Amino acid sequence: MDSILPQLLTGLATASSLFLVASGLTIIFGVTRIVNFSHGSLMMLGAYIGWSILTRLPRDPEWFVLGVVATVLATALIGVLLEVVVLRRVYRAPELFQLLATFGVVLIIQDVTLWLWGAVELPLPRPRWLRGFVEIAGNRFPLYDLILIVTGPVVLGLLWLVMNRTRWGTLVRAATLDREMVAALGVDQRLLFTSVFALGAGLAGLGGALSLPNASANLNIDLSVITDAFVVVVVGGLGSLTGAFVASLLIGILQAFGIVLVPKITLVLVFLVMAVVLVFRPNGLMGRPQSEAREASVAAPVVRPAPPALQLLGAAALALAAVAPFFVGDYYVTVLTDACVAIIFATSLHFMMGPGGMASFGHAAWFGTGAYAAGLLLHWLGAPMPLGLLAAPVAAGIVAALFGWFVVRLSGVYLSMLTLAFAQIAWAVSFQWVDATGGDNGLLGVWPPDWARSPRTYYWIALVLSVGVALLLRRALYAPYGYALRAARDSAMRARSIGLDVARLRMVALVIAGAACGLGGAIFAYGKGGVFPTYISIPHSVEALLMVLLGGLQTVAGPIAGALVYTGLADILVRSTDLWRLVLGAVIVLLVVAFPEGIAGAARRLWLRGREA
Amino acid sequence: MEVTRRLILGASGSLALPGLLRAQGSGPIRIGEINSYTAQPAFTVPYRNAMQLAVEQVNAKGGVLGRQLELITRDDAGRPQDAVRLAGELVNDQKVDVLAGAYLSNVGLALGEYAAQNKRLYIAGEPLTDSMVWEKGNRYTFRLRPSTYMQASILAEEAAKLPAKRWVTVSPNYEFGQSGVKWFKQLLTARRPDVQFVGEQWPALGRVDAGATVQALEGMRPEGILNVLFGTDLTNFVRQGNTRGLFERRSVVSLLTGEPEYLDPLGDEAPEGWIVTGYPGEMIDTPAHKAFTSAYRAKFNAKPMCGSLVGYSLINSIAAGIAKAGSVEVERMVEGFRGVRFDTPAGQAEYRAIDQQGTLGVYVGKTALRNNVGVMTDWRYIDGKDLLPADEVVRGLRPASAS
Repeated sequence: MDSILPQLLTGLATASSLFLVASGLTIIFGVTRIVNFSHGSLMMLGAYIGWSILTRLPRDPEWFVLGVVATVLATALIGVLLEVVVLRRVYRAPELFQLLATFGVVLIIQDVTLWLWGAVELPLPRPRWLRGFVEIAGNRFPLYDLILIVTGPVVLGLLWLVMNRTRWGTLVRAATLDREMVAALGVDQRLLFTSVFALGAGLAGLGGALSLPNASANLNIDLSVITDAFVVVVVGGLGSLTGAFVASLLIGILQAFGIVLVPKITLVLVFLVMAVVLVFRPNGLMGRPQSEAREASVAAPVVRPAPPALQLLGAAALALAAVAPFFVGDYYVTVLTDACVAIIFATSLHFMMGPGGMASFGHAAWFGTGAYAAGLLLHWLGAPMPLGLLAAPVAAGIVAALFGWFVVRLSGVYLSMLTLAFAQIAWAVSFQWVDATGGDNGLLGVWPPDWARSPRTYYWIALVLSVGVALLLRRALYAPYGYALRAARDSAMRARSIGLDVARLRMVALVIAGAACGLGGAIFAYGKGGVFPTYISIPHSVEALLMVLLGGLQTVAGPIAGALVYTGLADILVRSTDLWRLVLGAVIVLLVVAFPEGIAGAARRLWLRGREA
Repeated sequence: MEVTRRLILGASGSLALPGLLRAQGSGPIRIGEINSYTAQPAFTVPYRNAMQLAVEQVNAKGGVLGRQLELITRDDAGRPQDAVRLAGELVNDQKVDVLAGAYLSNVGLALGEYAAQNKRLYIAGEPLTDSMVWEKGNRYTFRLRPSTYMQASILAEEAAKLPAKRWVTVSPNYEFGQSGVKWFKQLLTARRPDVQFVGEQWPALGRVDAGATVQALEGMRPEGILNVLFGTDLTNFVRQGNTRGLFERRSVVSLLTGEPEYLDPLGDEAPEGWIVTGYPGEMIDTPAHKAFTSAYRAKFNAKPMCGSLVGYSLINSIAAGIAKAGSVEVERMVEGFRGVRFDTPAGQAEYRAIDQQGTLGVYVGKTALRNNVGVMTDWRYIDGKDLLPADEVVRGLRPASAS
């Protein structure tokens, strides 16, 4: 076939684009250990800034290069700003809180970009030289794609020189290997972190500017890029530049040939690659295992039962919630029902994330599994709601068990990324397998039976179930199993040495969390009258993370508080302003900066102040 | 910037309105509208502008049934579950009389489901999915815009006139793309049994790998291409296709590409000679359309987009339906909306009694470049009623419960 060579070259061009974005992300992660969700937003800004600069310059190649360089500098500057204003304040917070802060930044940048550049996508008008092509094997191949193919390795080479031939690079590599040791040796961490962030942001800007001749500056770049970049970074091994390059090649080329052979595979292909790689190489292609010993020495405080005063408060809140439908209108009853679902969503994630130590970026997968289980049972068998509510946790639990086999051997961010991959595969199945799931249009007509149809009755059902789930999860946490699970989290090695089966403990935690979450999904489905792929989407998974982190990981009440605050805040904001993303993002950033231990954590600290002294 | 400020003011204004101080029958008639204002701003903002214009015009003429119209809009963020929640808010808290809106098909279906369940009237503007009025149709849901079937059927009719025999398709892999391809294949093969479909590409929505997709299509050596990509996917696809010469000496038919929302961003790379459905905008010189564009320009200092046409027609159709019903009581409105005729800038249309589909038509034409901007040429308007299947087919598609 004469189209093999052009298809291969196309894959190489894709690979270069992927590498440009992923390289910045992996450098930032390597040194600062920040999972920078806003990296895609930086690339989006790079595209928009690049557009603004390049449309004002003459259209010759040398001006194009100059414009790109200016864009890189501008984005690097934005990166510095971001680091100094937001991230610097949260380095001491638990690892995932930085992720929360960067997600707040994503929301803010979305609205700011919309405000500055408008809603319409902005393609860069291509001068003649950018439309040029060369004849390869009887096919026309874009000249610019050839330039891209060269750019990737050139950037890799330059980065290698910087990393291996400069003092700064040596420090960065040292910090990637052992951050605490570098600090102990007297290196100015602040400067190092800021400069690393500037480099990473600059690379994102480069990726954004160089994407312009083939695409456009648009508001969807951020989230579509960030998932691809995460995949590349994880497949390559966190913090490894060469790894990111190899992973980009692998994914770019597989994608180019994959869509010829199996045109419908596009969406899942990259995530399948990631899943396969992580199963065989838990630390990515070129990653090293993260040093575990030192991190284990700062064990999280033991979760203790709430003090009597707090328990009283909880009981009062519950009583209030039970009688609330008599005082508020139907709409607020449905919001309260949503809040009950959010509580299940958040507490189940907290169970595996807090005590289990397994942060899931794809928690919505179980939510969706439960919802689809209920919806499909109804469609195929006409199963009534009670059966649906029963089947949902079972189905989600089974899927969680199957998936757990892959996951429990991993740790840290790799585990999180595999959960993300799995959720994305589940989402793709629900989105594209139209015959079974109804695809994008979802399953409709999933309503409760007549006796439970009134918003009030349904709310009470949801309330009972969510309180039940929360109490059961709490019970499991204070049972011997819960202590064993926490032991496995705090030090897997020591736990093993006293005879605990760490893998099994975590597996059980995953199944419990999955099943509970599945129930939440089913309740939600009956409440909304339908099941849609958006239940499994990445933003929905992130919502679960937001709730848990907002509330705080260290208490059982935390995720509940987080779920209530988030649901209430989102509802009020969405109805009051079109700029709700900006406000929500700002609130998230402020909360993270002000309460790095979450709302409940901060309340607990205030409560304990002067009592334990 | 101008738009955004207006949005904030509009939204906060609607929030501040007291929902309680209204006696039934004297205050304004409230239309609660839900759409993807933050997720799809390029399409929905011109749409909302036009709705506001239409509401002003209706009110200036004395409103409907002697009452003013009032529009309350909400953002569903592209999520059907949010749309359902907000529908509850609009109905129970804001006490709206009519629900309207949706851009995405799944949001439209979710709202239709809500309407059927709670016995509220819902008028969908934008969503294209056929199931909205057919397989999943219900008594309380009406839809204005020509559906995927209607768009595909006119393209199949045009494609049948072409000499091309070897066809390929490229389409986003989700319901809209899949049904677009399905109908096109079915309708074209029915007219031209000698046509062959030799391959298809299914990039994921919003994430087309344009170079590889174009290369794969090129490898199939087609004579005709059906394109269903739109938005950023379309931009990327057209750029790679232009450079790699995919469209040269080939016939291309393309869904929706003639809409300025999708054609304008292509700039001077807009393809020439594609057969497209779309909206020729200010080139339409009927008096009704000229009045619409000049009013729209006067108010917003921008040209109307396809979304504007839909938003404007939506409000007019609601006003006409309520006027015909003579009441805002739900069951009477359903009967009133069935078969109601209303004016749109494109011409008169009606909500068919048989399936509650609007007969707003489709503009079909060819793309061309004028002053380095893509435009539609040789276009004509086809009334929606001529694009729908025979009545007995439609009756078979719609559930009995929808009557």
